[in-house]
Amino acid sequence: MSSVSVTVYGTPLSPAVSRVMVCLFEKEVDFKLAHVDMAKGQHKSPDFLKLQPFGQVPAFQDELTTVFESRAICRYICDKYPDKGNQMLMGRRDGGLLARTSVDQWLEAEGQSFNPPSSALVFQLVFAPMMGLKQDTASIEQNEAKLAKVLDVYDHRLGESKFLAGDDYTLADLAHLPNGHFLVTKDKGDLFTSRKNLGRWWEEISARPAWKKVVEMQNAPWA
Amino acid sequence: MKLYGSPGAPCTARVLLCLEEVGAEYELVTLSMPTGEHKGPVHLARNPFGQIPALEDGDLVLFESRAISRYVVRKYKTKASDLLKEGNLSESTMVDVWLEVEAQQYNPAISPIVFQSFILPKMRGATPDQAIIDTNLEKLKKVLEVYEARLSNSKYLAGDFFSLADLSHFSYTKYLMATPYGSVFESYPHVKAWWDDITSRPAFKKVAAGMMGS
Repeated sequence: MSSVSVTVYGTPLSPAVSRVMVCLFEKEVDFKLAHVDMAKGQHKSPDFLKLQPFGQVPAFQDELTTVFESRAICRYICDKYPDKGNQMLMGRRDGGLLARTSVDQWLEAEGQSFNPPSSALVFQLVFAPMMGLKQDTASIEQNEAKLAKVLDVYDHRLGESKFLAGDDYTLADLAHLPNGHFLVTKDKGDLFTSRKNLGRWWEEISARPAWKKVVEMQNAPWA
Repeated sequence: MKLYGSPGAPCTARVLLCLEEVGAEYELVTLSMPTGEHKGPVHLARNPFGQIPALEDGDLVLFESRAISRYVVRKYKTKASDLLKEGNLSESTMVDVWLEVEAQQYNPAISPIVFQSFILPKMRGATPDQAIIDTNLEKLKKVLEVYEARLSNSKYLAGDFFSLADLSHFSYTKYLMATPYGSVFESYPHVKAWWDDITSRPAFKKVAAGMMGS
């Protein structure tokens, strides 16, 4: 058995960290999780900044390769380990350029359309209370309204396609798990369940074993 | 290939720049934004988010400028020119990192400044919100500090080679330079030098000429 070459720096509760973790579990790539104590400002320490110059989690190392930005890390994991675990995350190999391009498109939709309003909501609903900050109800309302419009588009798409990029589960779907999960745990699950196709998709992707492993780690007392 | 959008819109310009850099043959179909053509059923069939640009290439229809850019660059790559460096994992990984940095760090800071200080007054005759500009300028400075450190050690963002990561910064930055806030780059000499370098490329000059304010 080879020694573990991959280290993820961060905490499983961070959406971006959990995005990387679920990808590693899907790809069956072993990794070490190195906890970063954000409360103590460890993510702004000089040592950490060498790994992630913006002082954010996750940071990621695979032997001598350092990667940051969770979506770039996910792409790296798929490209570095093409024959391990789930081999369809960046599109089926026999789907060629078009399959990969469809994944790129919906990854960008996640990054540019789903992520901004859902992250703002997750911050208000999950992290603000944890940090002892008052919730901004105007922000919650505005971002919920923005997100609803995005989810209407998704619902339409998922009426014509099993998963976002096509017939197979890919990184494009996976990228939505962290924020989606937090929204469901904070009683905003009706955003998904009130939309038939979107609800069906969310049920399927959130039931995947790789994601369940991440949730277990998030719920662990040491998370 | 047909690109649907507006040559003055930053995300359309991002794709135009890719098309010009790789020497692709394409037709730009300008949509009428004031009449809401981008929200009509014909365009919604291309881009369900009702945004521009969208690309048609044979049967393929694509949206999201960064995904379209990847497609164009991959389709036209040659031995001599691969703006994604997909033949080399350590290089392509760095391209992916800095593409995400543009999308997740740089763009959220610069686009509100551009929207408030350029698009609102010049294209919509509306008054900018200075508070939004000021907040995002502070964010942008923090991002530029990281870029300055990076570009002190590396000629381009992904390494010593020009890539899609550099190109992806062009359109919003070009608009920033048409406002007083472009002077913020003067405090970051390596970033300024990088900007001067990439904007000297012929493709950049050609696309800039089609954008408003250039």
